[in-house]
Amino acid sequence: MIAGLRTPRGLITAILLLVLAILPLLTQAFDQRYLLSIGTRIVIWSIAAISLNMILGYGGLVSFGHAAFFGIGGYAVGILYANGITTGWIQWPVAIVAASVWAGLIGALSLRTRGLYFIMITLAFAQLVYYVGAGLEAYGGDDGLNISRSRFSGLIDLRDKAAFYWLCFVLFCATLWFCGRLVNSRFGLVIRGAKANDLRMTALGFAVFRYRLAAFAISGAFGGLSGILLANEGAYISPAMMSWVKSGDLIVIVVLGGMGTLCGPLYGAIAFFALEETLKPLLDLAHKGWGEYWQIVFGPMLVLIALYARGGLDSLLGRRHG
Amino acid sequence: MTAGDWTDPNVDYLLLQILNGVQLGLLMFLLAAGLTLTFGIMDLVNLAHGSLYMMGAYFAWTLIGWTDSFLLGALLALPATFLLGLLLERLVMRRLYARDHLDHVLATFGLILFFNELVRALWGPAGKSIAVPRFLAHTVEILPGVLYPAYRFAIIVVGALVAALLAWLVARTRLGMLIRAGASDRRMIGALGVDIELLFALVFGLGAAFAGLAGLMAAPLSSVKIGMGDDILIVAFVVIVIGGIGSIKGAFVAAMVVGQIDIVGRAFLPDVLKAFLSASAASAAAPAISQVLVYLVMASVLVWRPTGLFGQRT
Repeated sequence: MIAGLRTPRGLITAILLLVLAILPLLTQAFDQRYLLSIGTRIVIWSIAAISLNMILGYGGLVSFGHAAFFGIGGYAVGILYANGITTGWIQWPVAIVAASVWAGLIGALSLRTRGLYFIMITLAFAQLVYYVGAGLEAYGGDDGLNISRSRFSGLIDLRDKAAFYWLCFVLFCATLWFCGRLVNSRFGLVIRGAKANDLRMTALGFAVFRYRLAAFAISGAFGGLSGILLANEGAYISPAMMSWVKSGDLIVIVVLGGMGTLCGPLYGAIAFFALEETLKPLLDLAHKGWGEYWQIVFGPMLVLIALYARGGLDSLLGRRHG
Repeated sequence: MTAGDWTDPNVDYLLLQILNGVQLGLLMFLLAAGLTLTFGIMDLVNLAHGSLYMMGAYFAWTLIGWTDSFLLGALLALPATFLLGLLLERLVMRRLYARDHLDHVLATFGLILFFNELVRALWGPAGKSIAVPRFLAHTVEILPGVLYPAYRFAIIVVGALVAALLAWLVARTRLGMLIRAGASDRRMIGALGVDIELLFALVFGLGAAFAGLAGLMAAPLSSVKIGMGDDILIVAFVVIVIGGIGSIKGAFVAAMVVGQIDIVGRAFLPDVLKAFLSASAASAAAPAISQVLVYLVMASVLVWRPTGLFGQRT
């Protein structure tokens, strides 16, 4: 750990984590409450991006439907809430199991396909979830549903912004730790080996399909967790939280940060939200009113990243050894 | 009721809905044809194809305003989208052909954001409407006693003509021969001295023009709005996945099937659902369920044949 701090990557990661750990104190000291809500979103999206990175970055499976897990996690919380179950002790496990089971189901079908078929079938399944959500008139249909934050009576009050942030941060750290353990385990080596050459892994006697399916289900569980947090953060669920654009955003975050790197999703999420928050004022500075159209700049930036910066931000921190 | 008894209102309704399904299917085919060609020949996943559909509609809206004629505006919008396609191919797509699919997804996702925002900056956030041209603003009697809007009928005619033209182009012309050769082995036709860059640019431009045509023809039926191409694009992807990527025939068959599922589902599901649900819940849930049906069909097809109905086995 101490030795890790000597590399630029280790040092920058340590500083980032430290800042994130004390973010509520910083935002209070500088009276920038708005930054705390951005910080909360960064941490939640990082969890989702880490879960996508498990299958996309390490596994090489281009899943274009990851926002569905935002939706399943969020809707599980919302539907239970609307039926009078407000305790997080029931809401959260149900949501995570639901997301994981769904991931297992769509994984079993989509992992049979390759290439563009895989991209499109994952997208299509996410659309299916989206339309089911939009069709749930009892839970707000297209308009969505206002909920209140999950109750963990006596333990933690999620309505407190700092407490909620810290919970998200702790869960983020746990996700990061778990992902680090997973990708370096034997299981993770099989997943990474299958990305490099799945025929060879099959020839070596590994049931690649089953490993990928398990990775999918694990990824879905963490995706569901991020959905729970997102629903709690906004105290609101709606189909918009699982539109295909969000799936695209998640891919952008993973690639922007550096695919198949442990902390890449965090760098990516910070950069993504920072870009949104800085491009707007910068453009407004250039010409009043242009800030609204920041995606005119952001879109071509994605094209340039795809063409010239595949290593992502992580590669700026020097080569990885091993 | 005999087979010729077309005056039965239920049969009329069914016929009209089937025609609506054909019309939607043809629109989707126009969009899917470009997608499946660019994927089959250039191995390119182009999410921004829906943006070309949208741009076609916006170009048409502007040009119809300038020329004060639907036909003239629509005819001018086609070369405009073709040129936009060429420009896009030249600036971005050409650099992507050699990359992997994730790069395609990322770059063309960026293009979607760009085009949606560009349209909002240039044309404003509010949707535009294109009126049905006066010479088509009536109904035609397709069968004795069965009336159908002339404009929708015109879409069917134009769509069918373009589909036939495309089939002829691919099967009978030198360009089509190169397209088919490119789909089976693009490096080989380059080695044989074919100007691949020109071929790729032409195919992309053609796909763009088809998408633009679909967009401008669909415009009078709904409205010209930001992101109008995105949802239909996903369905068009479903179409090419069901049909088998790279296969024009597959795209056509799948577009027809998906068109029927969507329209017939929308038209008849409410009645079916009313048996189980209240009337208002049934009419609210039906569109969502008919959308879901399309994806369920795709999933079933892929479980049965992982490369689609007419796709090449790999």
